[in-house]
Amino acid sequence: MLNYTVRKFDAVIVGAGGAGLRAAIQLSEAGFKTAVLTKVFPTRSHTVAAQGGVAASLGNSEEDHWHWHMYDTVKGSDWLGDQDAIEFMCRKANECVIELEHYGMPFDRLDNGRIYQRPFGGHMSNFGEKPVRRSCAAADRTGHAMLHAMYQRNVKVNTQFFVEWQALDLVRDADGDVLGVTAMDMETGEIVVFHAKATIFATGGAGRIFYSSTNAFINTGDGLGMAARAGIPLEDMEFWQFHPTGVAGAGVLITEGVRGEGGILRNSAGERFMERYAPNAKDLASRDVVSRAMVTEINEGRGCGPNKDFVLLDITHLDPATILKRLPGIREIGIQFAGVDCIKEPLPVVPTCHYQMGGIPTNYRGEVVVPKDGDPNAVVRGFYAAGECACASVHGANRLGTNSLLDLLVFGKSAGETAVENLKAGNKAHKDLPQESIDRTLARVNRLNTQTGGANVHETRLAMQRTMQAHCGVFRFKDMLEQGVAKILDVQEQVRRTEIKDKSQVFNTARIEALELDNLIEVAVATMVSAEARKESRGAHVRDDAPDTAERPNGRDDQNWLKHTLWYREGNRLDYKPVNLKPMSVETIALKKRAY
Amino acid sequence: MDEAKRARLGKLRWHCRRALLELDLVFQRFWEGTGDEIDEETEAALARLLEMEDHDLWDLVSGRRDTADPQLNGMVERLRRI
Repeated sequence: MLNYTVRKFDAVIVGAGGAGLRAAIQLSEAGFKTAVLTKVFPTRSHTVAAQGGVAASLGNSEEDHWHWHMYDTVKGSDWLGDQDAIEFMCRKANECVIELEHYGMPFDRLDNGRIYQRPFGGHMSNFGEKPVRRSCAAADRTGHAMLHAMYQRNVKVNTQFFVEWQALDLVRDADGDVLGVTAMDMETGEIVVFHAKATIFATGGAGRIFYSSTNAFINTGDGLGMAARAGIPLEDMEFWQFHPTGVAGAGVLITEGVRGEGGILRNSAGERFMERYAPNAKDLASRDVVSRAMVTEINEGRGCGPNKDFVLLDITHLDPATILKRLPGIREIGIQFAGVDCIKEPLPVVPTCHYQMGGIPTNYRGEVVVPKDGDPNAVVRGFYAAGECACASVHGANRLGTNSLLDLLVFGKSAGETAVENLKAGNKAHKDLPQESIDRTLARVNRLNTQTGGANVHETRLAMQRTMQAHCGVFRFKDMLEQGVAKILDVQEQVRRTEIKDKSQVFNTARIEALELDNLIEVAVATMVSAEARKESRGAHVRDDAPDTAERPNGRDDQNWLKHTLWYREGNRLDYKPVNLKPMSVETIALKKRAY
Repeated sequence: MDEAKRARLGKLRWHCRRALLELDLVFQRFWEGTGDEIDEETEAALARLLEMEDHDLWDLVSGRRDTADPQLNGMVERLRRI
């Protein structure tokens, strides 16, 4: 069996993107010995890619109110979001943004020195009346600037970073308490148990389960895989936000601005097909309408290319000077990733996975919760989660733009605060480490190190991604989902016997990729099984057999499906729990059809 | 390949895991093209490039900005051609 050492901390945080860094500030400032483990240098976390801004009802340019923001978020979530958590997030937004400003975040400013705010899709004033300026940004580098400000703050308060460490598994004892994580130092291959009284997961999303994804390669759902293996259910995993225009075969995002400037979507016959699906808005219809239209064209044989698996985004009719001036970077993306100069030829595009709404179930305090003894939300002692890996649930069935950066600030802070509170009130001593839990991890790594005649990691990952894309994409079909469940379970069998040829210890990227695949497959199975089971359309989960009818507007079935999905790895089983429709201080935002 | 070089290249490969998908894809193609056939000069230039912030690096690789640094410029040109 492999060797390991033990290191003790008050708190261990896995992930150093926005949520992890924000939680760490809270713990280190309170004087607790805090370790942050991260696969990549903190300022190379995927939060860097967030450009749009962070939502807060500061009202710097026009009247705004957290209650209006709350209404927009509940509506955006298609009423699947928990209204207590949503109220909490919207009320805390201003405080969190101003704190960030004090950490040195270089927000864009108005002439009077206040933070500049711009409008963003779905954010409205006066309960859905008209668009409101609510997004606070730092040029087009909001996420990047945010990470830098929070990393510097952590350095100041002596957070201890373990950079280029791959977390392996949760350590959970027979009482169900979480006592830390096992992790591998990539530089040496050494395995260490980080023994902690508080463990916070902030590991980001798992967008790499899909073949076409805007997510960076690091987004492999490590926290979700670890939680699932430790018996924690994953919540609402059927809900993934897709962007209509990712470059086919690459996933790189083509901004909506391209259609805003006059870009036209065409099928293999050259037809402007959006005229049939949205006669008024045409190519500027909402993301979900455009994505579904694109998939319908492809499924009905009107896709382009040798495999008829993409459509074209055409801007060849625009003045090249306009393209270069108004759409900077688009030409380079087309040339680099599609081999196409968009001034002369149309770009191949497909709907592309962008954001994960589900995750590890938590309450608004950032504590991980599971059903136990009749309580659907019993706290797992010592375990917290925040950011994209967590499901508080504020995004419900669909996330509003700029609410993701807010989520990681508010719930990163909240998880840190709750951990501080519990550390102050709890035992001074660490509980004993459960050997069985550690042995399971060592056995998993040992299996990978010694496997012969096994499956190729790259090919198995590709099989998973293609299965998810084909069977569980932006527009879902009953038969395809049913077949998809069988197929993804076959892929899961392959993942259990992956083999790596390189057995070296130092920066063995092949081993890391195999360990990441162990996590991705848990998310993929959870997604497929949860999606197959939910027989309605809601938010980002849209089924062909649950269409828009007078009885069930948008295909939503509140009578049977106004509930959160919980997927358990053991037995590949599903459970459900109620949506919390009761806010903390205001009236329930009553159910109605989600329409813009 | 000796152990020291294997370790250095492993580290470089890992440092090519970036925050932006665009860069991940460019570096994926780079490694697919070169494999482990990479000389010390390239190794050094790549290591320096990888120290950059992701947005700045993407600006260079996508051609939105240039660099006057001869060591970096050769590597950037190579990445642009991938």
